[in-house]
Amino acid sequence: MSVTVEIPTVLRGLTDGQRAVSASGENLAAVISDVDAKHNGFADRLLDSGQLRRFINIYVNDEDVRFLQGLDTPLADGDVVTVLPAVAGG
Amino acid sequence: MLLMTGENSIRLTVSRSVVDQMVAHAKRDHPDEACGVVAGPEGSDTPERFVPMVNAARSMTFYEFDSLDLLRLYREMNRRGEEPVILYHSHTATEAYPSQTDIAYANEPHAHYVLISTRECGSADGPVELRSFRIMDGEVTEEDVEIT
Repeated sequence: MSVTVEIPTVLRGLTDGQRAVSASGENLAAVISDVDAKHNGFADRLLDSGQLRRFINIYVNDEDVRFLQGLDTPLADGDVVTVLPAVAGG
Repeated sequence: MLLMTGENSIRLTVSRSVVDQMVAHAKRDHPDEACGVVAGPEGSDTPERFVPMVNAARSMTFYEFDSLDLLRLYREMNRRGEEPVILYHSHTATEAYPSQTDIAYANEPHAHYVLISTRECGSADGPVELRSFRIMDGEVTEEDVEIT
């Protein structure tokens, strides 16, 4: 079971510059943990107290996980997880 | 990627046409904040392709790209070998300087953050304030804007 996680520019310092990494896990939370195990600090940039940060967007196969099941969104072999920080300000 | 160092070496070089399009967008959306991107070839530091975005917040004090629009934009830029050279947005009641919120959510250390203030002119003709900044690790550095 392997999914591809696309890494945004601002987090590539954690992945040795890699634009995408492979990971495994049954759902989004498990995949984030798996990436974090290899690239320490990754989960902290995405999560706050175990919840998805408000200004981080995560997509599974081009669907925003907020419209799926959030961190419980199930993943299957070959799925693509994309992480993009929101472009926002005041 | 050309890394610019030295106090006076950072600047934004941008065409008159791109500036005019950003200003027109800011005026059109006033009193709400307008936002968008000017994409350019990766590593070129050249803002070429003007991409106005919808402010999903539709607010006078906040802007946010719609999440699916954002994904489409990044996919398109990847396909074309582009990156966001300019991230622009307007302030409609305050000066063209990054707010605390702008600084907190800035995530593109290589981008030029262009701020446009429409507080003087609103949607009408008249002067606007346009300034450019780098925002890196919470630190704001203003840069010269050279319009070609």
